[in-house]
Amino acid sequence: MTIADPDVSVEQALAAQTSAASNAKKALSSPWASLAAVVIAVLWTLPTAGLLISSFRSEDDVKTSGWWTGLTGPFTTENYRAVLKGTDVDLATYFINTIVITIPSVLIPISLAVLAAYAFAWIKFPGRDLLFVAVFALQIVPIQVTMIPLLKLYVQPPFNLAPLAGGDAPGGGFYTIWLSHSIFALPLAIYLLHNFMSQIPGELIESARVDGAGHVQIFSRIMLPLMAPAIAAFGIFQFLWVWNDLLVALVFGGGSLDVSPLTVRLAELSGTRGQDWHLLSAGAFVSLVVPLIVFLALQRYFVRGLLAGSVKG
Amino acid sequence: MSAGEKFVQLVICVAVFFGVVALILLVTSRLRSRSGERIQFAAFVLPAVLLIAVGLLYPAISTIITSFKDNTQTEFVGLDNYHTVFTDSQQLKVLRNTALWVALVPTLSTFIGLVYAVLVDRARMEKFAKALVFLPMAISLVGASIIWKFVYAYKDNENDQIGLANQVLKSLGFDTYNFLLNEPWNNLFLIVIMIWVQAGFAMTLLSASIKAIPEDIVEAARLDGVSGLKMFRYITVPSIRPSLIVVLTTISITTLKAFDIVRTATGGNFDTSVLAYEFYVQSFRSNNAGLGAALAVLIFVLVLPIVVYNVRQLRKLGA
Repeated sequence: MTIADPDVSVEQALAAQTSAASNAKKALSSPWASLAAVVIAVLWTLPTAGLLISSFRSEDDVKTSGWWTGLTGPFTTENYRAVLKGTDVDLATYFINTIVITIPSVLIPISLAVLAAYAFAWIKFPGRDLLFVAVFALQIVPIQVTMIPLLKLYVQPPFNLAPLAGGDAPGGGFYTIWLSHSIFALPLAIYLLHNFMSQIPGELIESARVDGAGHVQIFSRIMLPLMAPAIAAFGIFQFLWVWNDLLVALVFGGGSLDVSPLTVRLAELSGTRGQDWHLLSAGAFVSLVVPLIVFLALQRYFVRGLLAGSVKG
Repeated sequence: MSAGEKFVQLVICVAVFFGVVALILLVTSRLRSRSGERIQFAAFVLPAVLLIAVGLLYPAISTIITSFKDNTQTEFVGLDNYHTVFTDSQQLKVLRNTALWVALVPTLSTFIGLVYAVLVDRARMEKFAKALVFLPMAISLVGASIIWKFVYAYKDNENDQIGLANQVLKSLGFDTYNFLLNEPWNNLFLIVIMIWVQAGFAMTLLSASIKAIPEDIVEAARLDGVSGLKMFRYITVPSIRPSLIVVLTTISITTLKAFDIVRTATGGNFDTSVLAYEFYVQSFRSNNAGLGAALAVLIFVLVLPIVVYNVRQLRKLGA
């Protein structure tokens, strides 16, 4: 072989240049690397910062000059008053709708999934593993595929059951959204909680059984407390998903103002009043502030959930 | 409904579901025998399995059948709807755009996320630096679209600019540009929004697996004289390969299903529609049930192999 491998020669050259222990660290702290990191950080922060600053500027300023010219003020909270209390935008109502949609949509799947996950992990039953795989496999169904038949079930349920859609329905039409979010969350919730649960040592369960505890006692006295971090991990994930959802609310809320969340209203404002940046910027931050707080406060659990595979299929 | 009534309904709903769970636990708490155990199992899994069967399994099958019927759902038309998806000029643009999204979003967000994760690893203020890139993940896609529409805001060249992007163009001496209107480049500017959201996800997962690379491997490579970029290429990337695949596939799935950005930023106008948005339009605006179902099934078919692959990688990671 007469042709030198370019990779090897480069490697040798590099090896000759730098001392063994410090090189990796050096590359990381080189000025170019730092510059790249700063550029990415700025690109990821500036768009949001611009909107935040604009939300505190007067309508006139926002529409005629760039936010970078208004860094020192004057600032006003008038935009927030206008989007929350002004009768034409009225985000306060939608804010409440979002809260009312989110809380049951997080609690229902957790309560049902914890129960099912325990059974799948610790109660013996013929065909149990097959059923578990089937539940897990249904995670792959995109929600788009299920929407129209599910909507039909809500509007015209079989067996003369009361319809769940519409303002006269029980729960004022919220059940369609609550149930849909819960259904779409269940396969993932069961899978995640099952994974956490099956990691708990079997001896713990066995010794409790020997002491005469039944499954219900083991579930409520031993499992639930141990599961708290896993439930938190899934809970925050589902919370963010529901709070930020547009599609489910749009389809299953049927465009009714009574049950539409912030995202639906904001998307509509962005279409009909696309130039009113003083309202859009304040409105966007009204919808962002709760998930941001939850996210920053519970980031640890969120990351744990992500690492365990909490990704909606 | 007033706010108070809504909260009453909320409490009732939660009470109903918690009540069901409490009832199941109460009724089955005395069971000890082997047959009792089977009843317990059935009672524990029944609510969840029932909801999944009615809410996921039945609708999925129903939609697949619908996709072979005409738009008024009266007769079967075979593959006609699918034929439309792959031949109609409008639909072909949708497919082209979707391909663009799926090609660019996963690769670029993973690349940026990986580079950033490596750059800030063990740096000063690592947590803070990561939070900056991570935060867009907490924002709804609607919110992200509004944030970026403001960046792209367009005014004529002679006016003062309010959009950051056009201000940059103007200061560099270029004409201002209508980012969201001019086909086909507007698709790229929508894709930027998705990359902005997804890079944080990539960074978080990849950063965790970079930290999990055993110290002795890094140390051994270092002693052999492997340096910065080489270290990245020959040690870091191969060590986190499974995570890289999981990140790429997961973002691909999310991208295939995302419709919020297109709907909020352009409303699918100016040739920016993608599969997930076209599904929404055909199903709920144009009332083309058959075509809408075919588009939904197409998303399903495209997502299916990625998910299966993803799950197998995840299992490997977990093991």
